[in-house]
Amino acid sequence: MTDKKRLTPEELVKYFKDEFKTKIKHAEIKKRTAGSKKKEFVNIWMKIDKSIFKGVIKHLCDYQFPHLAVVSGNDLGKNIELIYHFSVNFGTRLEEISLNIAVELPKSKPEIETICDFVPGALITEREKQEMLGVKIIGIPDSRRLFLPEDFPEGVYPWRKDEKGMEKMIRNLHEVKK
Amino acid sequence: MTKKKEITKTTYQLPIGPIHPALKEPVMFEFEIDGERIVDVDVSLGHVHRAIEWAGMRRNSIQILYLAERICGICSISHPIAFARAVEDACDIEVPERAGYLRVIQCELERICSHMLWAGVAAHEIGFDSVLFLTWEMREKVLDLTEYLTGNRITKAIITIGGVRRDITKDQLPKIHETLNYFKDNFEKLRKIFLDDKTFKLRSQDCGILTYDDALKLCAVGPTTRASGVKKDVRVDQAYAAYGDLDIDYITPDVLTGEVNGDVYDRIIVRLLEVKQSIELIEQAITGMPSGDIVSEPKIPKLLNHIKKTAGEGIGRHEAPRGEVIHYVKFDGEHENPYTWKVRASTYNNILPWIPMLKGEQIADIPIVAASTDPCMSCTNRVAIVDQNKKYELDKEQLHKLSVEKTRRLMR
Repeated sequence: MTDKKRLTPEELVKYFKDEFKTKIKHAEIKKRTAGSKKKEFVNIWMKIDKSIFKGVIKHLCDYQFPHLAVVSGNDLGKNIELIYHFSVNFGTRLEEISLNIAVELPKSKPEIETICDFVPGALITEREKQEMLGVKIIGIPDSRRLFLPEDFPEGVYPWRKDEKGMEKMIRNLHEVKK
Repeated sequence: MTKKKEITKTTYQLPIGPIHPALKEPVMFEFEIDGERIVDVDVSLGHVHRAIEWAGMRRNSIQILYLAERICGICSISHPIAFARAVEDACDIEVPERAGYLRVIQCELERICSHMLWAGVAAHEIGFDSVLFLTWEMREKVLDLTEYLTGNRITKAIITIGGVRRDITKDQLPKIHETLNYFKDNFEKLRKIFLDDKTFKLRSQDCGILTYDDALKLCAVGPTTRASGVKKDVRVDQAYAAYGDLDIDYITPDVLTGEVNGDVYDRIIVRLLEVKQSIELIEQAITGMPSGDIVSEPKIPKLLNHIKKTAGEGIGRHEAPRGEVIHYVKFDGEHENPYTWKVRASTYNNILPWIPMLKGEQIADIPIVAASTDPCMSCTNRVAIVDQNKKYELDKEQLHKLSVEKTRRLMR
């Protein structure tokens, strides 16, 4: 962990906005309290443009090496949304900030760069996104499947809600092995 | 030695699994072996994928709680609590103060259970079966207490969205104190066995090392990462349930020994100290527990209606015994069932750290090193059942025998 000054949630959002200006489409700080002493915990939700994605990750790593919890994904109809759930400022009592960075990819070209060169621990979750959402991760060091078996049909992605999803396959399970 | 190496220049492949070497759960390791040394490791997953997320997206939030509970038998509170937190975050539901304290008590009881179970398994892996019986006997006391408090030993169905389902009454307190005192009395015995025993030290020190940098970069979680010196514990980092009110600190091995090695021994230290920490937390929670409601909205149809009308997304983190779990949910504002539900169990993040841990170790160390992260495959694999029966297996019995033999050799 770097010895840099720890930023507050507001400063952290500003830190990104100063660098990427309007390419940060949306940033929201959600504060909630818990317990009798009403101590706060903070979630930041950011939506960014795909073009600056790699830059944002680099900028984040320049501030502090983040913990990547997982990448989750949504099928939004025309687009696929990937949400990178990071946390920063951990290691000091009650100072952790959950940083959720969302990026949308068009279904016509669902491609995004790998972040394994900055955060090597992202490999497992990136492999999962490839097989579950049909996203192509460019430059991923290991592109094999993770959970799905080798004989699972190509071009079917369990998390999709369109024709590439599982609905059709499940209705016609008797045809799968043909 | 170097001469010998020239003769056996080629390495050979050793597949272990899908029947697991260290646990009774399926995962597949492919080792590249040079003599007795492990040169490279590959891990493949998916052998118990049950499509739980997929099933969850077709159920309403209350139904998902029970599904989440069955993701993992040991973390049967961690997953519901992470899910409940995610829904509370998405739908702006406040948890009453008393419920926060009750959640802490249940979570910490689960942690004691899990760590004791792990201690037994670890002892078994190196051929110390008498310790297995000792630790599991102690675990039995916590299970009895859990049953007394919730009505069930494993799947407790205690967490609900916006609170908990059962209160702890005053007349239940003596039984809790009795169990906690039993643990305090026996803790010294445990500490002596695990931390002072010569054989334990021989097998666990300088074995399966995970460096600080690797732990951070590979995003390891839980006792695995803390044993490498990374201060990461959701209970300390974030205020949730009642953890924000309680006195709690990160447990890293240097608390006890003054140094961090990141080996199996350090992981034992962290887990043992966490058992002690959990006991203290439960005591603090009982003393500080305010009176009041235990759930924000007891009428379930009303709650579901509120969730149905909400469009939004949320995440819930919780420090399970094995490390951070995180759930993500998204509601579309029209349906009761979530639009997306993503579960990430702790072992998911502890898969990659296995690779640097196992490299360079001996075959006989595989069981204890693999077990030292306390892996839980059912949590990690969540979608479809897979059968892979075409590969050669060095089965658990043989591996276990190898491990026991190594212990005997060292003891001589």
